[in-house]
Amino acid sequence: MPRNVRIKDHYGEQRLFLQRVLALGGVLTLAVAVLIGRLMWLQVARYDYYFDLSQGNRIRNEPLPPNRGFIFDRNGAVFGRNTPSFQLELTREQVPDLDQTLVNLARLNLVDREEIPALKKDIRSRRPFDPVPVKLQLSEEELARFAVRQQDFPGVEIRWRMARVYPLGASAMHAIGYVSAISVDDQKNLDLDAYEGTTLIGKSGVERAFENELHGVKGYQQLLVNAQGRNVERAGLSLPDLKRQDPVAGDDLYLSIDQRVQQAAEEMLRGRRAAAVAIDPNNGDVLALVSTPGFDPNLFSRGISRQEYQKLRDDPDVPLYNRSLLGTYPSGSTIKPFMALAALQYGVLTAQDTPFCGGTFRLPGVSRPWRDFRPEGHGYMDMRRAIEQSCDVYFYRVADLLGIDRIHDLLDQFGFGKAIGLDIGGEKSGVLPSTEWKAKSFRSTEQQRWYPGDTISVGIGQGYLTVTPFQLAHATSVIAMRGKSFKPRLVRAIRNSATGKVRDIPAVELPTVTLKDASYWRVVIEGMTMVTKGEHGTARGSSATAQYVIAGKTGTAQAVGVSQYENIKAVTKTLEERKRDHGWFVAFAPVEQPRIAVAVIVENGGQGGSAAAPVARRIFDAYLLTPEALAEQDRLGKSPGIAMTATGSGE
Amino acid sequence: MSLDDLTRTRTQRTLSLTGQLLSALRLDGALLTALCVTAAAGLAMIYSASGGSGALLRAQAIKFLLALAAMLALAQAPRRLIRISAPWLYLIGLLLLLIVMAKGHTAMGAQRWLNLGFMRFQPSELMKIATPLACAWYLHDKPLPPRWLDVIVLALAIIVPTVLIAEQPDLGTALLVAAAGGMVLLLAGLRIRYLIIGAVLGVAAAVIAWFYLLHGYQRQRVLTFLDPQSDPRGSGYHIIQSTIAIGSGGAFGKGYMNGSQAQLEFLPERSTDFIFAVIGEEWGLIGLLAILAMYAFIVGRGLYIALAAQDTFARLAAGSLSLTFATYVLVNAGMVAGLLPVVGVPLPLISYGGTSMVTLMAGFGILMALNARRRLVGK
Repeated sequence: MPRNVRIKDHYGEQRLFLQRVLALGGVLTLAVAVLIGRLMWLQVARYDYYFDLSQGNRIRNEPLPPNRGFIFDRNGAVFGRNTPSFQLELTREQVPDLDQTLVNLARLNLVDREEIPALKKDIRSRRPFDPVPVKLQLSEEELARFAVRQQDFPGVEIRWRMARVYPLGASAMHAIGYVSAISVDDQKNLDLDAYEGTTLIGKSGVERAFENELHGVKGYQQLLVNAQGRNVERAGLSLPDLKRQDPVAGDDLYLSIDQRVQQAAEEMLRGRRAAAVAIDPNNGDVLALVSTPGFDPNLFSRGISRQEYQKLRDDPDVPLYNRSLLGTYPSGSTIKPFMALAALQYGVLTAQDTPFCGGTFRLPGVSRPWRDFRPEGHGYMDMRRAIEQSCDVYFYRVADLLGIDRIHDLLDQFGFGKAIGLDIGGEKSGVLPSTEWKAKSFRSTEQQRWYPGDTISVGIGQGYLTVTPFQLAHATSVIAMRGKSFKPRLVRAIRNSATGKVRDIPAVELPTVTLKDASYWRVVIEGMTMVTKGEHGTARGSSATAQYVIAGKTGTAQAVGVSQYENIKAVTKTLEERKRDHGWFVAFAPVEQPRIAVAVIVENGGQGGSAAAPVARRIFDAYLLTPEALAEQDRLGKSPGIAMTATGSGE
Repeated sequence: MSLDDLTRTRTQRTLSLTGQLLSALRLDGALLTALCVTAAAGLAMIYSASGGSGALLRAQAIKFLLALAAMLALAQAPRRLIRISAPWLYLIGLLLLLIVMAKGHTAMGAQRWLNLGFMRFQPSELMKIATPLACAWYLHDKPLPPRWLDVIVLALAIIVPTVLIAEQPDLGTALLVAAAGGMVLLLAGLRIRYLIIGAVLGVAAAVIAWFYLLHGYQRQRVLTFLDPQSDPRGSGYHIIQSTIAIGSGGAFGKGYMNGSQAQLEFLPERSTDFIFAVIGEEWGLIGLLAILAMYAFIVGRGLYIALAAQDTFARLAAGSLSLTFATYVLVNAGMVAGLLPVVGVPLPLISYGGTSMVTLMAGFGILMALNARRRLVGK
């Protein structure tokens, strides 16, 4: 039974075991050596690198958005300021499920369900680590509603921010503009780093044009954060040295607008579709820039809802539209003083010439006559009386004698047909027609030709000529200053919020309109004075009683054919009302030492003398009289209101 | 008689009293001291890693005391009893693994433990000790080095529990069980040619495992280990954050409870599998070397006991337990330092957790029970 039994060799086994222990011990030692080598590589050789990484892990630079600069009127009344408020901000990379989070927020009524797609697009367009505001200016009730559910919303935080407030609401809002949440489009031209932490950006008016001045410089605060990105007080036992750099608030702006004047105009125009512009002819300060109806800019700064926005957008009275700069209307008779200046300049008529007005004007070879608004005519008119009574036939003749290109050359110097250069921009240029203009603007050769008949209606501010209220106010200020003029401006001084120093923006003079004889100015101004003072003055009713002398000119512009509402779904029943003429009035005062020039248009308001002139009068009173004197005048019932009918002879 | 003499005498007396007590309890004083010092350091680190949580500290202290009791109890077991019960322990462990697997299948998910009512019991932990003991038992009366038939039997005895555990899935424990059994084979004098054959088969098994056995997340762990930056917010996050923690500790560390990676929770699993990185961040290279030195001492002491053993079973079992412990340390440190893929292996005696602590201390209890030298000197 040779079973192969090997004898256990205890001594040999012990030796074998020792060998194996030594061998395995050697392998282990080698492994430990590799491990220690690795540790030395990490902790000694690459220490700086890893230390920086751990610093970057724990320190977060929290942006401190700057306070936006305030906006004051010329006397320090506040148009725009900031107020602390709470808002909801969402950081995409910390949100586990964006869709669900937004739906849950909608369930809490904190975002509008319909706005979720737009909100999502906005959030997706941001950098994933930047917090995106989803709900601005939380009310206390909303704050509480969210706070109790906060743990269900990782990545959504309540943040304390400065919100923009417009304490005067809609007043001057078209000039001041508004701020609103930074949109996808805004981001394209934005230094995202400088706007980190900033919610709002200027969207129109001064807020937009002076965004750079108002915004300020971002600061930062180093925060100790844990792996979840939450701010913590300390890391274990250590309190790290955290740096902070304070933000620099944006500059404050002092506007040229006089809130009293602005408000006086707004009160007079309440409920109308209208615009008014008042300019200080001595330096180009815009004293009032009115466009009604307006809207409350606070809607935008607190985050406008879809419905609210649609309501504004679809309103047939187009409150979003700044009529004072963008509204292009036929000038109507307000162009006549300028036509008179052209007539004198080019010597086609003297001030003393008295052509006859028989109620119609005819061109040879044209069967249809041009009619005066007064069918029986005005009789023999010299230039001053033609302005006073707004004789159409006189100015048909002037236009005919001048020809369109000479009209163009003179009116061009007053700023018609182009942007004058308001500091907030956004001006429409209107149309100052010329043969060249017509050739460029039409396609067929037939249309490109300028016909003599085209010139005639331009003489009374109809035809191709269109102007904005802003252009007319500026042109009127040029007459007031006998040719001198300044670039209009809305911002007259900037206060550096860091140093407190106020820097005045110097007035920029525009090229002076020089006439062959300076006495031509006197002729036209005398004519314009007769408009308010003369026996037959078209604005006599509202302006004659003023405590200073006003020089003005009424105008009536045909509304039919004006296409600005074409894209608006106007309700049919208001169509009749909208066919009424627009009432214009341009004026300056006091006539010898002009301090203010205005242009007022009341859409579909009928004649300028009754619709617009009282508004101008009120603007003058607000600016030229002391508040006490104005109150006294009101008490005595000597302040003409917009409801009063003009007693002048009409146009 | 000077005061000095008196003091010395008293010290000597105290020492000899302690010695007598230890030997009465069949404990190895040096090993016990090293274990307690390491566990105490672990408690301190758990306190720091948990951001100063007294609750976690107390829980771990209790677990350590339980583990100490287990060690004490096992140290009393007669060597013969340990040897005789080894195969039964192994079979029971295997049976329990199968039960767990069956339960896991019915529960449609991973399951590693059995609920005994008063505690959760992981059969895989039992296998960490039972496998090497069973291997040592199998070889104890055979001439060494083992013949090829014995090698095949042992290889099967090792592979079966390893695969069962890997399928739980618990790759870390599976590797340790395999390592523990493998150590017995190596210590028994496995011939180099078998080793080479084994290595070839091992590579083949690894390839097969990669395509057929490993779970998706396990594969991902290996891939992430090869390139942590490929997924810095997902699976690579652990390795990136732990290398940052270790590296930023520098030579001397950021100071106790001052490690920003750990304290601000950038480091995941900082009280458990990644506590090695916390030590590296707060105590620096010095701290890590000190801990490694402690471990080296424990392993060395264990091997010393193994070398002094009088029979094959004790020799192989004690040697395997000591070397497995070293593997434990190296796998954890290697994974935290970014040298090895992330497998769930805790740092022995230091990481938070009761199961591995009890298993380890039980192993050391057996080691002490096998300590022939102590008994000879003590009695």
